[in-house]
Amino acid sequence: MAAMTREETEALIQEVLEIYPEKSRKDRAKHLAINDQSLEKSNKCITSNRKSLPGVMTIRGCAYAGSKGVVWGPIKDMIHISHGPVGCGQYSRAGRRNYYVGTTGVNTFGTMNFTSDFTEKDIVFGGDKKLAKLIDEIEVLFPLNKGISVQSECPIGLIGDDIEAVSKQKTKEHGKTIVPVRCEGFRGVSQSLGHHIANDAIRDWVLDKRDGDDSFPTTPYDVAVIGDYNIGGDAWASRTLLEEMGLRVVAQWSGDGTIAEIENTPKVKLNLIHCYRSMNYIARHMEEKYSIPWIEYNFFGPTKIAESLRRIASYFDETIKEGAERVIARYESEYNAVIAKYKPRLEGKRVMLYIGGLRPRHVIGAYEDLGMEVVGTGYEFGHNDDYDRTIKEMGNATLLYDDVTGYEFEEFVKKVQPDLVGSGVKEKYIFQKMGVPFRQMHSWDYSGPYHGYDGFAIFARDMDMTINNPCWKNIKAPWKTETTSAEPEKAVA
Amino acid sequence: MALRQCAIYGKGGIGKSTTTQNLVAALAEMGKKVMIVGCDPKADSTRLILHAKAQNSIMQMAADAGSVEDLELEDVLKVGYGDVKCVESGGPEPGVGCAGRGVITAINFLEEEGAYTDDLDFVFYDVLGDVVCGGFAMPIRENKAQEIYIVCSGEMMAMYAANNIAKGIVKYANSGSVRLAGLICNSRQTAREDELIMELAKQMGTTMIHFVPRDNVVQRAEIRRMTVIEYEPTAKQADEYRALAQKIFHNKNLVIPTPITMDQLEDLLMNFGIMEAEDESVIGKKAIEA
Repeated sequence: MAAMTREETEALIQEVLEIYPEKSRKDRAKHLAINDQSLEKSNKCITSNRKSLPGVMTIRGCAYAGSKGVVWGPIKDMIHISHGPVGCGQYSRAGRRNYYVGTTGVNTFGTMNFTSDFTEKDIVFGGDKKLAKLIDEIEVLFPLNKGISVQSECPIGLIGDDIEAVSKQKTKEHGKTIVPVRCEGFRGVSQSLGHHIANDAIRDWVLDKRDGDDSFPTTPYDVAVIGDYNIGGDAWASRTLLEEMGLRVVAQWSGDGTIAEIENTPKVKLNLIHCYRSMNYIARHMEEKYSIPWIEYNFFGPTKIAESLRRIASYFDETIKEGAERVIARYESEYNAVIAKYKPRLEGKRVMLYIGGLRPRHVIGAYEDLGMEVVGTGYEFGHNDDYDRTIKEMGNATLLYDDVTGYEFEEFVKKVQPDLVGSGVKEKYIFQKMGVPFRQMHSWDYSGPYHGYDGFAIFARDMDMTINNPCWKNIKAPWKTETTSAEPEKAVA
Repeated sequence: MALRQCAIYGKGGIGKSTTTQNLVAALAEMGKKVMIVGCDPKADSTRLILHAKAQNSIMQMAADAGSVEDLELEDVLKVGYGDVKCVESGGPEPGVGCAGRGVITAINFLEEEGAYTDDLDFVFYDVLGDVVCGGFAMPIRENKAQEIYIVCSGEMMAMYAANNIAKGIVKYANSGSVRLAGLICNSRQTAREDELIMELAKQMGTTMIHFVPRDNVVQRAEIRRMTVIEYEPTAKQADEYRALAQKIFHNKNLVIPTPITMDQLEDLLMNFGIMEAEDESVIGKKAIEA
């Protein structure tokens, strides 16, 4: 199917909107747009970060998911208590594949679930005493933990538990950082507010712990990687490139990260932001308080990697600039070989994305390096500054869809007929059953890393083995010929 | 006789628990089978019937046992004066947890454990101050109390609270079968109190079902953790509670209330000389200014 014109895309949006009642149609129309590269600001064409409509299938998460699942969870040497009933912690346990080094249960705790397991009596009588006891037990059972965060589930905010008082008291008793996080799931419209709350908690309870302490030896080349959650090893594949060009990575936020790294971050020279959406808040705070500049970078695909390495290097002296060129040159034959192998198999393939955080725009370059085209993209919980950054990355007349509903997404895919859909696990089986090749782009479908040059090779291989998998030829039942399948459905079941 | 479930609401400190227990004692004296369900974390709704300081509450015992599923009905249901069955929902100390959830859990427990037996004539829910959240509205939800009595007095805030409670009843009355059954005036000996409450009741679409005069025998009985009915059956005040019990027993006047506006309430108070006509010129002025 050829690229759609602006008129065709507009007609498609109108057609999809038709099914809604008038009020919903008016609301959803603001979240669906046709990309126009000439626009400077996305608020001219799309509305975002608003409450989802009741009755639609939204793909969003909650504030707790944003704080515990995204920002705090990967800090490996802290114990993160899911404070409230058992489900929130258990069903989010280890889901994001934030890889880390360490001995789980001894000095690292990333894949474990700690919960206060609220029952009726905790709701009625309050859970502060239980929280205090839980923290004491953690100190006995897991003495090598470097700190504790209290991730509030919904009931904590409803019954007015004073987790701040408990945290302060226990910090005093145990001499460790204990952080209360008010990320009750009902707050805000999506997980996005949870990221912000989590950033604020880091700012208020952790970040200033080593202010005035100069014992950590610094270098002129110190940087922090912010907003890389090391999914499938992403942060490692990124870190090697930065180190090869001569920088020293002092901290990883928060994939494979530690609380000590976070405390040392105010000492770096430059903050490097990968996931802008979830961690721009803390970068802005460090810029304001510690005068640390920050830049966004993109390590998906060789084109964006080279651009980013040079941009990062521009903040440093000649040795780093040379280092960047050296790194790009060193990997050139590798990534060219990847492109030579996969581009002929993937050239011209069209992709639709619907993901969260940074990916709806950041992975576009990687697809383009393989000769593919992203024809539709959208954010689960993006804000307009995300769409501002997306307009230039996407082709004209492509589809933008914010907080897309299950119905809209299915209809768009049916009409646009992309060769690949990249979205989450809830979408995966729907599209696969429709016979559309699908990659789960939240945790890389149990693959990865996708960041860096090493990640690009894996990314290319995964896209190829999905799109060119022979199974798609066998989607149609063998007894259905071309002619019968075009006939109206008969009751065969 | 079919089971009648009644809830008693009213401003805090107005005498709901005292009135309820004396009333229930009078009903028991008439040979009625009654159960009191205390819906207040203070758990003081049954002490005059049980001669106890405070009854072990459902929520406290559930917390001690681990969960409410670990409790048996006989652990929490006590029988006192006149074979009156008593339970207290209980709840947290002030300032922590969720007392409303405690009421919901406790009432669900009573239903599941079969506390509402066929031989009962009346169940009385004695509910804390105001309908502050969904939990304290639990007694008036579907299939629970259908008659609400509001205890009030001639004091302005008590009337204000009574009117607010009526607003809460309207919400549930429109979707279910709960009805306002009358105001019980627990006298504070304010001027023309009986007339005032009768007028308020009329405007709210109901009646003042009884005027309970003030009598120190109530306090003397309370010191011994007894109702007047039991402590001094021949006292005049005991007859007042008996009269109230008779009136409630025969009461058929169940209505969807018509709560009045703040302006109407103020007019009423002014008519009875409790409030002076508003002098707009002094509003917002400090004592030193005018």
